[in-house]
Amino acid sequence: MNSATFRVCPMTGRRVDAQAEALVRVNAVVSIVALLVGAIAAVLIVLTRWQAVHLLPAEWYYRLLGVHGMSMLIFFIIFFEMAVLHFASTVLLDARMAAPRLGWFSFWLMVLGALMVEWLMWTGKADVLFTSYPPLKAHPLFYLGIILFAVGALIVTGIFFYNLVVAKRERTYEGSLPLVVYGAVTAAIIAVITLLHGAIIYIPTFLWSLGLMPMDPEIYRLIWWALGHSSQQINVAAMVAIWYMLGALTIGAVVLNEKVSRSAFVLYVLFISMASAHHLLVDPGMGPAWKVVNTSYFMYMAVLASMIHGFTVPAGMEMGQRLRGYTQGLFGWLRKAPWGDPGFSSLVFSVVVFGFVGGITGVTIGTEQINIIVHNTLRSPGHFHATVVSGTAMAFMGATYYLIPLIFRKRVAFWGLAKIQPYLFAGGMLVFTIFMTFAGSFGVPRRHWDISFSQAPFDVQFNPVVDLLLAIMALGGLTAAVGAFAFIAIAVVSVFFGKPIGELVPGVAVVGVPQGLTHPPRHAANVDELNEQFHNTPSRLGPAPGTMVLVFVFLAAFVVYFFVNWKILSGVWKIG
Amino acid sequence: MPTAQSDTHTGLESPRGIWWRPAHRAEKTWVAIAFAWCMVLFAMMPLWHLKGNQNPSGIRRRVEPAAFYRRTQEFIKQYQVGDDRGMPIVAPPPGSEVYLMAQTFMWTPILKLEQGKEYTLHLSSLDVNHGFSLYPVNVNFQILPGYDYGLRVTPTASGDFRIICNEFCGIGHHTMVGRVIVVDSAGQEVVFRGGNHE
Repeated sequence: MNSATFRVCPMTGRRVDAQAEALVRVNAVVSIVALLVGAIAAVLIVLTRWQAVHLLPAEWYYRLLGVHGMSMLIFFIIFFEMAVLHFASTVLLDARMAAPRLGWFSFWLMVLGALMVEWLMWTGKADVLFTSYPPLKAHPLFYLGIILFAVGALIVTGIFFYNLVVAKRERTYEGSLPLVVYGAVTAAIIAVITLLHGAIIYIPTFLWSLGLMPMDPEIYRLIWWALGHSSQQINVAAMVAIWYMLGALTIGAVVLNEKVSRSAFVLYVLFISMASAHHLLVDPGMGPAWKVVNTSYFMYMAVLASMIHGFTVPAGMEMGQRLRGYTQGLFGWLRKAPWGDPGFSSLVFSVVVFGFVGGITGVTIGTEQINIIVHNTLRSPGHFHATVVSGTAMAFMGATYYLIPLIFRKRVAFWGLAKIQPYLFAGGMLVFTIFMTFAGSFGVPRRHWDISFSQAPFDVQFNPVVDLLLAIMALGGLTAAVGAFAFIAIAVVSVFFGKPIGELVPGVAVVGVPQGLTHPPRHAANVDELNEQFHNTPSRLGPAPGTMVLVFVFLAAFVVYFFVNWKILSGVWKIG
Repeated sequence: MPTAQSDTHTGLESPRGIWWRPAHRAEKTWVAIAFAWCMVLFAMMPLWHLKGNQNPSGIRRRVEPAAFYRRTQEFIKQYQVGDDRGMPIVAPPPGSEVYLMAQTFMWTPILKLEQGKEYTLHLSSLDVNHGFSLYPVNVNFQILPGYDYGLRVTPTASGDFRIICNEFCGIGHHTMVGRVIVVDSAGQEVVFRGGNHE
């Protein structure tokens, strides 16, 4: 029954199932191909929104906007998450891939679905953008393609749970799941909820597109966002799991308290689906009670979860560093961190930009009334590019720098470029998201080809500063795109033409291998004793004082931003 | 084996023994503060319903697009005061029901409202989703076919405003611009806001 073949990883000592490894590889490669498609579209779109350049004709702008959304949010991210699920349920547990054939079947099903969708979008048969709100109608095969893709992904979540059961039964690990796998479990549970909503909405929409049944546009929006937003929550859970993983791999980050971190993951599962409601805050279909309850009371428990991880992840990193002797002052642990390790820098940028820009803007604009001054302006994509691109995509990139040596057993190509890639990407995205948000606060609409309104019956003159904001936004976007193309080149060249890693000797640096693997961040033998000492510190800031200071800076920024928005809202027309 | 060798361990290792253990005081403090902040976030919304002047509640009901079209035409006939290149300009009395119809790629009619007076603005679409974005005030609402969103609005400044469609509605989406004129109590358009209209 158990015919799996394993190799033993020379760096980590873990057993790696050959089938699992192959599935991780193909999913990661397809994911990066989707990233390439999405990034090309991104460059063309950004050069169109830069009003002075205004590159694409209207038709191609809208078409490529749809391609960009689908390729990035769905294909890039979900294929990568499939790789994470295969990886977490086998390699991290020393376990085997229990259903390899089904794994391949689902992979090809997802590839087929993705190709159908891409084909129809590129050929102009699905100019309905990413959200495809009815009654705008695409070719029926567009919806069928999404259904096939979602079914494939659903099967992978099933394989993930099956792998966990088999690993438990075969006792490949003792006691509880490691925290990183636990986080992946929550991502998988949210994925099941999300994909079921996808099926609930896309199957009727497919039938509607064939003329077989009616479709209510508000019910579509309600259920579609339970797919559209919840799929971003898969990202959040997967990203946080990767934060814990990269912290461990790069600097030996510890888990401060399993109970706290795991409870925070549970809060995601329980409450995050409600977050989809904040897309409907200024919709005519739902009343104020529904809006307040779903978006605030429940969703804020998921916000709480993120605020907890926002403390425990950096605090665990700080502790990891302090336990390895970097104890100087409040921030000595940060100064002495391996900033040249792209896995580490990606991790830090992902945490910081996700929290400070994505998190603060997201919670604020997801407030029922504040949404009036935000809905469908550039503030909305300004927010989600900070979460899903600067947060999730950045974390996935950081993880890839470790997957290349660990799973593909290759050195990372263009190592010098790889070291600066996270700086380029995160820096570019930071400028992009901040200036996009500013432009949005002037009322500049998202998904709009021409804000000079040259063909409109009435002229609209935006504040001249908007042109400047959009130009800076575009420069940030192009910088980030350079970072994305650098990442793609590094990943593709490493995987297909990279040098094998060969024999690693601990303590000896090797070009193209991150320091977390050449200099494994091992703790001292008396680590528990040291940890105890840190925990018994008389300081009110606790064992991770630097992090405590940082989270209060975060909270202060959050409070200011939140109330500034209420102030701006109070100045607009009276509405009730 | 990915099982922790000591109590202090990373997220890649299984914790030893029972992991439900008390958290450190510092960690508890942060969780408590974060929780309290989430309650503030929550409280602001009901509070604004009671004390604030901007709420997206409105009167919400289903409406057949054809019925909404007929109602808008009646409204135009009743209160039309002129036109701008064929698009009717409609000046309803304060306190009345006002109808604004979205369709690809136009807003009908042009509204002429009085500053400081309340109107019930009914928004709906005849075809696909549209976005109501009042420029330069930056007030935004989603408009769906089959739903009547009746918002009680009070313009707080006079001027010549624009309505931008900010939900993708088709290939001519970016040409969909409407107009709202707000006059002050003396009947004058004092502040020039939205565009360069003659």
